[in-house]
Amino acid sequence: MRTFPMGGVHPSENKLSCARAIEVLPLPEAVTIPLAQHIGAPAVAKVAKGDKVLTGQLIAEAASFMSANIHSHISGTVTAVDLQPNGQGIRQMAITIQREGDEWAEGIDRTETLVKECTLTPEEIIAKIKEAGIVGMGGATFPTHVKLSIPPGKKAEALIINGVECEPYLTSDHRTMLEHGEELLVGVSILMKAIGVDRAFIGIENNKPDAIAYLSKLVKEYHGVEVVPLKVRYPQGGEKQLIAAVTGRQVPPPPALPIDVGAVVCNASTTYAVYQAVQKNKPLIERVVTVTGKKLREPKNLLTRMGTPVEALLEAAGGLPEDAGKVINGGPMMGRAMINLASPVTKGCSGITVMSGRDAVRREATQCIKCAKCVSACPMGLEPYYLSKMTQKKEWETLETQMITSCIECGCCQSTCPAYLPLLDWIRLGKQTVMGIIRQRTAAAAPKK
Amino acid sequence: MANKLIVAPAPHVQTSQSTARIMRDVVVALMPALIVSTVVFGWSALCVTALSVAACVVFEYLIQRFLVGGNPTVGNWSAAVTGVLLAFNLPATIPWWIVVIGAFVAIAIAKMSFGGLGKNPFNPALVGRVFLLIAYPVQMTDFPEIEGLDALSGATPLAAVKHGAAADILPMQELLLGNMPGSLGEVAALALLAGFVYLLWRKVITWHIPVTILLTMAAFAFVVALSKGAENPALWQYPLFHVLAGGAMLGAIFMATDYSTSPMTVCGGVIFAVGIGAITMCIRLWGAYPEGMSFAILIMNSTVPLINKYVKPKRFGVK
Repeated sequence: MRTFPMGGVHPSENKLSCARAIEVLPLPEAVTIPLAQHIGAPAVAKVAKGDKVLTGQLIAEAASFMSANIHSHISGTVTAVDLQPNGQGIRQMAITIQREGDEWAEGIDRTETLVKECTLTPEEIIAKIKEAGIVGMGGATFPTHVKLSIPPGKKAEALIINGVECEPYLTSDHRTMLEHGEELLVGVSILMKAIGVDRAFIGIENNKPDAIAYLSKLVKEYHGVEVVPLKVRYPQGGEKQLIAAVTGRQVPPPPALPIDVGAVVCNASTTYAVYQAVQKNKPLIERVVTVTGKKLREPKNLLTRMGTPVEALLEAAGGLPEDAGKVINGGPMMGRAMINLASPVTKGCSGITVMSGRDAVRREATQCIKCAKCVSACPMGLEPYYLSKMTQKKEWETLETQMITSCIECGCCQSTCPAYLPLLDWIRLGKQTVMGIIRQRTAAAAPKK
Repeated sequence: MANKLIVAPAPHVQTSQSTARIMRDVVVALMPALIVSTVVFGWSALCVTALSVAACVVFEYLIQRFLVGGNPTVGNWSAAVTGVLLAFNLPATIPWWIVVIGAFVAIAIAKMSFGGLGKNPFNPALVGRVFLLIAYPVQMTDFPEIEGLDALSGATPLAAVKHGAAADILPMQELLLGNMPGSLGEVAALALLAGFVYLLWRKVITWHIPVTILLTMAAFAFVVALSKGAENPALWQYPLFHVLAGGAMLGAIFMATDYSTSPMTVCGGVIFAVGIGAITMCIRLWGAYPEGMSFAILIMNSTVPLINKYVKPKRFGVK
């Protein structure tokens, strides 16, 4: 069975909610909609306090090409456009809307009917995706229309759908593939048309045999689409790892991009959102969020309007357990620990993971025993122990030649360290610094206008 | 409630395989050999091991507590590993005070003076053993005679072969089961192999270094036998003898795989292991000592920083 070429770990999968069908979470009384919930420039608010808005109405516009539109997640009255604390307590611009019923903007098809036919040109498809404000829903939140706009001189050869969901606990992509497989495949064919390829691979880890079987049956109707079962191994859902696992091609180190090996990768939930945007005119206003944790009474998959406070999701899953220590936005390998549970679900939030008791506390770091487990675990072929040590010594040049910028921050090194060293904490710091130095150098070398 | 939440950067999962668990696993993996050794040499084998472990732990505790400072480190079992390994390199008849001196050299000089676990450039147990071998050569090579093995009369099989005996001086099953004179831990190839399997299963070590060392030794011996015009069965007996006799198994499985004194990459580890195998065979065949495993490992230990500097892992996306 295929997998990526080097490194990786296999943490306990803990897919507690994998058999739970998607449930619809009741609409919240109010939503907070951050203007920056994607990579790139924050969107620009198009509404002001007191405005009436409809569900699905454009309320903030992409500030540049590398940005994304935002649509109202509910209908009601705008009560504020101001700074609101996000999950980490950092204040960011956001639009707050008080709900009044649930009236949808015109032109959105809310029926369940499957629309297979798509007569749009590639340009029209990408324009529609841009208009719907779709970003990568696996967590990276990279604007999808940017990914689909192939730069001149480059050529896409294959589309790869990321149904890997290698993060422990999370099951939102899994449930989406099972419950919206038909729509997903229409989305795949739309994306293939948009980037002009005749081949697509759907990569799914073999801990989801039901999804593999179901989609394998459905793809028979679609020419050039293939389901690729993959050996369970984290971080297979990383873009570079998935491309290598499926095609055998390795994306060269930064600044090279997946398109340099002819690949365009799109997450499974994002592909479903593309279907809804292109075929149903439905902008990205809701998503499936896994609410999970060993001590949670009812781990669930909830179809949630974005902007809903995280605490409402926890409530729906039986409330925060007594000994809850950490609430993570995302999965336990790459998710971000939250301090503000009143903060909203955003486009990139695939799950809320609650860690209890000892699981929530980092173990005490001891000293490096040079076991080399971090080196074997690194999926990018780096030496985490060395990068961490060189960062502490501020050896920026060494770090650059040792390719610290290739680090994908997957956390394999730190999670496998028997001395419980904060390897990735240091490496992140080193990587940011080195990237800053490279940017400065590039800016200085560029001809002045 | 919210203000009680813990915040830390990802990842939020950590392995249950702690340093202490790894070291404990190594001790467990050494137990089959200790049992065989006790059967072959009697209770003195157990006593030497217990004394060595106790001395190592006490020395590490005292040095850490009164000289180095910081958190206690004896709880990580690494001093116990050094203790067992040192004992395994001693004959059962060794006087008790030599054991204590060996433990002191291993822990105080070879380990703690460099900063303790993970910082020592040379394998502590081997530094202890080689010191004793040079300082007390008589006691260190005074192996007890084993009943029924008159051919050897107290010499180790390697020493006997060094002095002209043929490689089939001992039947192969004796080498496997450990019924021969030698240091405590190097007599029973099968028991050491059981420990090897356990370490692999517990993911403490990988197979690369031990297997490469043993294959290098076997290949080396095979070529030498071939050049001497050996014919069947000596042609295959000779390499097999070298792999099973002396400290080859113990060194390859438990000493050369010591984390801080072996390279950080698989490729580096293979280079390191080939060096150990080749140097061991050179010493055995042409050196002054019948056995060269300890020297070979220590010599290759000194190359580890260099190997780590030049042998880098295969980087993702780089041709």
